[in-house]
Amino acid sequence: MNEKQTPLVEVRHLKKYFPITGGFLQRKVGEVKAVDDVSFQVFHGETLGLVGETGCGKTTVGRTMLRLYEPTDGKIIFDGTDLTSLGEEALRNNRKRMQMIFQDPYASLNPRMTVGSIVGAPLDVHTRMSGKEKYDRIQDLLDIVGLNPDFVNRYPHEFSGGQRQRIGIARALALEPDLIVCDEPISSLDVSIQAQVVNLLEELQKKIGLTYVFIAHDLSMVRHISNRIAVMYLGKIMELADRDEIYLNSLHPYTQALMSAVPIPDPDLALERHRIILDGDIPSPKNPPKGCNFNTRCPIAKERCFVEEPAYREVKENHWAACHFVE
Amino acid sequence: MTSLLEIKNLKTRFFTADGVVKAVNDVSYSMESGEILGIVGESGCGKSVHALSIMQLIPDPPGKITNGEVLFEGRNLLDLDERDMRKVRGRDIAMIFQDPMTSLNPVFTVGYQIVEALRLHNDMTKKEARKRAGELLTLVGIPGAETRLDDYPHQFSGGMRQRAMIAMGLSCEPKLLIADEPTTALDVTIQAQIVDLVKKLQQELGMAIMWITHDLGVVAEMAERINVMYAGSIIERGKVRNIYKKTRHPYTMGLLGSLPRLDDSPGTKLASVPGLPPDLLALPEGCAFAARCAYRNDHCLAEKPPLVEIDGPDHIVACWRWEEIAGINKNE
Repeated sequence: MNEKQTPLVEVRHLKKYFPITGGFLQRKVGEVKAVDDVSFQVFHGETLGLVGETGCGKTTVGRTMLRLYEPTDGKIIFDGTDLTSLGEEALRNNRKRMQMIFQDPYASLNPRMTVGSIVGAPLDVHTRMSGKEKYDRIQDLLDIVGLNPDFVNRYPHEFSGGQRQRIGIARALALEPDLIVCDEPISSLDVSIQAQVVNLLEELQKKIGLTYVFIAHDLSMVRHISNRIAVMYLGKIMELADRDEIYLNSLHPYTQALMSAVPIPDPDLALERHRIILDGDIPSPKNPPKGCNFNTRCPIAKERCFVEEPAYREVKENHWAACHFVE
Repeated sequence: MTSLLEIKNLKTRFFTADGVVKAVNDVSYSMESGEILGIVGESGCGKSVHALSIMQLIPDPPGKITNGEVLFEGRNLLDLDERDMRKVRGRDIAMIFQDPMTSLNPVFTVGYQIVEALRLHNDMTKKEARKRAGELLTLVGIPGAETRLDDYPHQFSGGMRQRAMIAMGLSCEPKLLIADEPTTALDVTIQAQIVDLVKKLQQELGMAIMWITHDLGVVAEMAERINVMYAGSIIERGKVRNIYKKTRHPYTMGLLGSLPRLDDSPGTKLASVPGLPPDLLALPEGCAFAARCAYRNDHCLAEKPPLVEIDGPDHIVACWRWEEIAGINKNE
């Protein structure tokens, strides 16, 4: 990766709080800090992996990046424009360049629309193609994602999970975007089908030069597809570095534990390695712990961690971490 | 010596409006007491249906066990009537399910549900059962177990619910625990906790465990033997090292190849299995995997390969061309 490159997207101090309402008048009684002060950059042509457990805010980051959620605070700079300052019209023009692939291929495709109209929907909204042009484009798109172009008139229920995810990818590609946010695109698929979809995403990136933000909870798949990886916990980024750096020299105790929890499909290696088993569950983001977010489960937590929040800093070149004990 | 569990030629069918779904096709194997057996396969390969057949929990209609024997300590469970079978479930064989939220009753406390299971199979007073329930929750690592007995399932996190399910499964000290994808809905860190717990309990209590999963990673570190299933049949079975290190069936190879590993060098392409699993309504004449197999020939399409021993009972495989494939696959 080129160091001097300008980032395609730069997220600065992004916050997204969801209000909790209660009582008869539905007054705001608290807030869920789903994303709490997150900053990172995504460079042209790279894949940034975003990993973490359920409820760590990774999906909220993805959605807020595209302003599908209104950010509470912070800036999202997409190719030089601050998305948070844009009005509706200008935002719509920018949206063409960023798309999303969703987790659940059953819920994200309208069962009453044909494949052709699903894939063509973005073209209807954003372009003025004639019927013939649109038809050709849809055929092309289906072909690119490895589906038979004759399927245009079929409905989503006629397809398997993997094929539906391909339809979702074709829809995301329709407007030739620069950035695609992939929100757990493979976690609902079978193992052998997961590999098919990941291979497809990688081929497309090579061919069209796409930039991905790849959100997942499966560290081994994220490592496979990403150039850089950000590890999130309870609304914050704990560590961000190159994928090999994260794998070989992870600094944050949470990353180390997460990595050691990934099952290895090899009985010999599985026996050899040392497992760090974290106690307990993720605390509720309604009421995060004081000090470091991770202190309730951290194997090396000291007094300081319960009072002072560690700064998210660049520990080594291109290696960021938020922990008091990282040198 | 009789095995703990011996399954012979088990066939389960679902008679639907669209035709007969051949969910389990001639499955035979045995399990010894204290053994951990991994059953691996993708969705729809019959792994769960075969487990439900053992427990006789197949909804009938449309499902029916059409053939075979399920011998538990020499006794054929398929001959038992519902009343006797109910005594086997929970006491001899217990089962825990994938989704702990739907398998716990939301309107009863966790304690009530464990006590119910205990009192059904043991002669216990309410008080004794409650005490035992508290011990069980402590055993599965729920802190403050005594007070948490009065919590409802929604007050537990996903990992804790799965622990409560395990506690319920263990309540009558079964000889066999069938775990049907117990960690699939959980995060990796919680999955590691549960796997660790189950391994520990198995060592302490000495029960046999059947661990059903689609993830070859999880069972690699705990199982002694693995059954790989495809389209309702076992296609490869053996000791765990044989399955991972001397893989002979092209489908197992494909499954292993589809998994990215943390120690892969960057840029390696995943070896995916092309195509889709076959329709169980219309299984092909020959090998069920032939349509997706890179090694298929006319013989594979015409005739279904039988399971053959290639390393005694420690490694059996159902493939016509395993010898040639062994020659090509030099990863050992």
